Amino acid sequence: MTNHMITARGLTKSFPAKGRTVEAVRSVDLDVAHGELVAFLGPNGAGKSTTLRMLTTLLPPTSGEATVAGCDIRRDPAGVRRRIGYVGQGTSGGHTQRVRDELHAQGAFYGLGRRETRVRAAELIDSLELGQVADRQVQSLSGGQKRRVDIALGLIHRPELLFLDEPSTGLDPHSRANLWDHIVDLRRANGTTIFLTTHYLDEADQLAERVMVMDHGAVIADDTAWALKESLAGDRVTLTFGSPTDAAAAAARIGGELDGLVVTVTAPGGDHALPRYLRDLGDAGLVVEAATHRRPTLDDVFLALTGRSLREEAASAAAPAATSDTDPAHRVAA
Amino acid sequence: MTTHTTTTAPAASARPTGFAHDTAAVFVRESRPLVRDPFSVVFSLVQPLVFLGLFGPLLVGAAGGDAADTLQWFVPGILVMVALFGTASTGANLLFEMQTGSHERTLVAPLSRGALLVGRALKDVVPLVVQGTIVVLVAVPFGFRVDVPGLVAGLAVLAVFGIGFGALSYTLALACRSRDWMFWMVHQTLLFPLMILSGMLLPLDDGPEWIRVAAAVNPLSYLVGAERALLAGEVGAADVAGGVVAAVVTCAVGIAVGVRAMRRAR
Repeated sequence: MTNHMITARGLTKSFPAKGRTVEAVRSVDLDVAHGELVAFLGPNGAGKSTTLRMLTTLLPPTSGEATVAGCDIRRDPAGVRRRIGYVGQGTSGGHTQRVRDELHAQGAFYGLGRRETRVRAAELIDSLELGQVADRQVQSLSGGQKRRVDIALGLIHRPELLFLDEPSTGLDPHSRANLWDHIVDLRRANGTTIFLTTHYLDEADQLAERVMVMDHGAVIADDTAWALKESLAGDRVTLTFGSPTDAAAAAARIGGELDGLVVTVTAPGGDHALPRYLRDLGDAGLVVEAATHRRPTLDDVFLALTGRSLREEAASAAAPAATSDTDPAHRVAA
Repeated sequence: MTTHTTTTAPAASARPTGFAHDTAAVFVRESRPLVRDPFSVVFSLVQPLVFLGLFGPLLVGAAGGDAADTLQWFVPGILVMVALFGTASTGANLLFEMQTGSHERTLVAPLSRGALLVGRALKDVVPLVVQGTIVVLVAVPFGFRVDVPGLVAGLAVLAVFGIGFGALSYTLALACRSRDWMFWMVHQTLLFPLMILSGMLLPLDDGPEWIRVAAAVNPLSYLVGAERALLAGEVGAADVAGGVVAAVVTCAVGIAVGVRAMRRAR
């Protein structure tokens, strides 16, 4: 037995589309240790969900192999299914089903005894604060409540490994924060390994111990959020001067990009670099009028890796036509 | 950061189960909304009751004979209608669950794929039997004579047919995936010809040759014949054998095709 919860080598999925083959996932290798919380970050269509669907036996890979919770996804899909919990992008509970009934059905699906199921369902209703809605139909619940039901269903059999596909998409900020509190608590109590996909940068940044960045079907970076930002993006120090000549002289002295009165330097450990620049430039008689220091975000990492911004892609995907009608500048340009 | 916190023993980890257990689990899940909201079973009775109440009197008038005799001929056809319409649209429930995500959840659970189909198809028997019984009870005050053993046998044959026809409806849903319109188009296109060409509403004996040929290959016409014999108490009639064969064949084909489709479901 390896000490890895998930091991994948060369995992590939291609689909036929309009006479040609589209490679949704290209030769993905990954190792996830017991107890890790890993986030799969990438834009829509990057292949995150397809990878997840292969690891959870929903989709057979075109090539490559993977072992999940000690079972081979091709040779022992039933073994994988017994050991993992999966929360997909949709609503897991049937619309006309009552919450408690669905939990009881789910217990039976996983081969739990009747009493065991009842006890476990009551436990989950309690810990996920579903008591108020336990005897209501799923379709009458709010988005956040439905999501908590999805998680409860995924946890009925105390899986060692929980897959979450875009768990907080479509929730308001309050429900998102609430959902994450629950997930973090459950993990603390049970040591569950969690593997999730997200396109929310802050979510991956704050919650995951490890971030795998995916783009065009391939994993392009894999490390802690801190290390990714440190090695790929660096801190950004911005200095503003009183005159263009001062700015140009400063840029020549310390390096960095010059833009009118502003010099921008990208450097690791920018918080330490900033006072050093101020001293050094002061000694040279150059007066800094304003200075800012900004830590990099995972968006800077994505930008450094792909030349595109995740934030922009999310924004353009969310409102593709909204600006063109209202923005006069846009109308003139068109 | 802790990586190996095994504070709780896996007291509730999943255990391997068999086909019968899985089928029962799916059946129980599917039946629960019916138990919670029994009125839904009665609600889908509206259509058969409309035919019984509005078409029945017209038929009595056209036949010109005794009302009770006409009902004796007509009510068994309505029972087949209950079985046909009730199970033909049952795939829509699966179609909806495929779109919301709850079907996906059952595919990740360690359930036999066959059980996912058979459990659902068996559930459809419950409303069918309840509705069939209500139709018969409604007809009794108007002169319909019930032969109890015949009725029990008649409902049993319809149940076997219903399991198969429901399975075919689920198969259609699995094939249509997100295309609701395709499901309903196929549903509508097949349902009314199947109904009319079964002799359920009007006798086909006086129809043109091609209609009688079409009826001869329609399993529902054998079913209608069998129900008429059974509800009249003629359990040994030749028509009964034809209906039993039609029901069993529908059931076997439906389950075989449906299980295959469910195994391929993604």
